[in-house]
Amino acid sequence: MAALTAICKKELADHFSSYRFVILFALIAMVSLISAYMVGVQIREAQGQLKPKFVFLMLFTEPGAMFSLVQFVAFFGPLVGLILGFDSINRERNEGTLSKLLAQPIFRDAVINGKFLAGLVLISVMMGSILMVITGLGLALVGIVPGAEEIWRVLIYLVVSVVYIAFWLGVAILFSIVFRSTATSALAALAVWIFFSFFVTIGIGILAGALAGSPSSDPLVAQQKAEILRAAALVSPMELYSDATAAIIDPMRKSTRTRLTAGPLEAISMTRFSGPLPLGQSILIVMPYLISLVAITAICFAVSYTVFMRQEIRSL
Amino acid sequence: MDAAAVIETENLTKLYGHQTAVDRLTLTVGEGEIFGFLGPNGAGKTTTLLMLLGLTEPTAGRVRVMGLDPARDPIRVKSRVGYLQENMGFYADLDARQMLRFVAELNGIAGRQAEERIAAALEAVGLAEEGRKKIAAFSRGMRQRLGIAELLIKDARLAFLDEPTLGLDPDATVRIMEMIMGLARERGMTIVLSSHQLNQVQKICDRVGIMIKGRMVAQGPMDQLAREKFGVGPEEFSLEEVYMKYFLEA
Ligand SMILES: Nc1ncnc2c1ncn2[C@@H]1O[C@H](COP(=O)(O)OP(=O)(O)OP(=O)(O)O)[C@@H](O)[C@H]1O
Ligand SMILES: [Mg+2]
Repeated sequence: MAALTAICKKELADHFSSYRFVILFALIAMVSLISAYMVGVQIREAQGQLKPKFVFLMLFTEPGAMFSLVQFVAFFGPLVGLILGFDSINRERNEGTLSKLLAQPIFRDAVINGKFLAGLVLISVMMGSILMVITGLGLALVGIVPGAEEIWRVLIYLVVSVVYIAFWLGVAILFSIVFRSTATSALAALAVWIFFSFFVTIGIGILAGALAGSPSSDPLVAQQKAEILRAAALVSPMELYSDATAAIIDPMRKSTRTRLTAGPLEAISMTRFSGPLPLGQSILIVMPYLISLVAITAICFAVSYTVFMRQEIRSL
Repeated sequence: MDAAAVIETENLTKLYGHQTAVDRLTLTVGEGEIFGFLGPNGAGKTTTLLMLLGLTEPTAGRVRVMGLDPARDPIRVKSRVGYLQENMGFYADLDARQMLRFVAELNGIAGRQAEERIAAALEAVGLAEEGRKKIAAFSRGMRQRLGIAELLIKDARLAFLDEPTLGLDPDATVRIMEMIMGLARERGMTIVLSSHQLNQVQKICDRVGIMIKGRMVAQGPMDQLAREKFGVGPEEFSLEEVYMKYFLEA
């Protein structure tokens, strides 16, 4: 336990004093502030004409210039996790500090855990401060005072986002264990990110099309296709995340998927058309996604442990 | 089994793929001893030390370090054993104090006790003035001394020093060797040191082992090895000649 704290503390200090973190943070802060500002201005102009529910949440979900904050995090968040972790173990191995570390009376998993924990703290600080600044911006710009429910929704969104980015951090740490060279693990991380951001989404569409046959008006075929899409989306962390956040932070949204996918959610989508989803229902929808995200992160860790435990640690 | 034996190995073997790095090594090192580990590059010295530390898994054979199996009981072994590795491996961004504090924390030493030990260790290795200097700005000699300070922080009972004088100038070499001697004589630390500087080894080691291509070809007090090869008394040999003789015969 003392070792875990010591490693975590040292990693945090390293991160906070590194240019990598400063640049990353500046980039994210800049983009999210600009997009929130644009939305804020739009809301202010539209005020009086319409008075939508959950104005505060619109700061996060409305595309201001090009994309909304939520979209930005879904797309760019993985890169944050990957950048924070892709060289965590192999850099130490190459610099010879890994054997020094492991020559001390600590368990090997303390090294992985300490680094992951430090990353987790960092991600929470990053996301938390950005959400807080946007809230402040909303207050100053349009005088939006968030209601209790909206605050809860943003907090849950924060948790889901941190878990999502932490999953990618876990992937990056795994790569840094498997690959000896930092350049290779960076490349591998990048490849996985591109694969999931572009190819899986496109690929799932093609796959569903191929499996369910040509587009037809037969509702059964359409339903089948939709179900394939849904099942396939569960293997993509991006899809898991988008679905989870859509439910939690965008309660006015009609549905993330076609009406036919409803299945067990049928009842819920019915109410969706009439009004916003109640907070309790939103949480119910989010839970499975959140658990899936945690589960795939855990799998990632299990693989990391097994590989690292038996690995030769000399830098040679 | 020798009661005072700190290290005991029996037919310790390590294979890397098909290559034998260490071949059926049987070795005993007694308490308070300075053991010199000699051998050409690639002989398997570092591999042996890593196995003794539990950082590398042996392919076959038995190891006991302070009566414990380093593969089974790594934490207890590593809390008593210090390791000064070949390439040193310091976090260059830290200063000397931060580095030592980190080592102390990893060994479960914190607070005032840690600060006292850090100050004493820096003093003992002559780095008291350099405590706030970044390790990146340290010379090789200073880094080696910092490595020795780490051994003092954790109060190691046994230390593995892998080429502690690598790349040092003659003056720094003598200084490090004297410090190592002090660790053994004043603190009763058992020391296993690998080195290519045979005249230094001859000066400070009680016993030596010569390893060639993974096999320990000779082991014992230096004068005994000399007598075996040349039949001369303890005064008239140089370890270098003895070593070369073993090397050429192997
Ligand atoms: N990770 C590894 N994979 C494969 N072979 C290895 C590995 N590490 C070491 N070896 C091999 O094991 C043998 C022993 O290496 P070792 O580093 O123990 O030698 P050494 O005696 O310390 O040499 P030096 O004096 O150069 O430090 C060498 O032939 C080396 O090539
Ligand atoms: Mg070596």
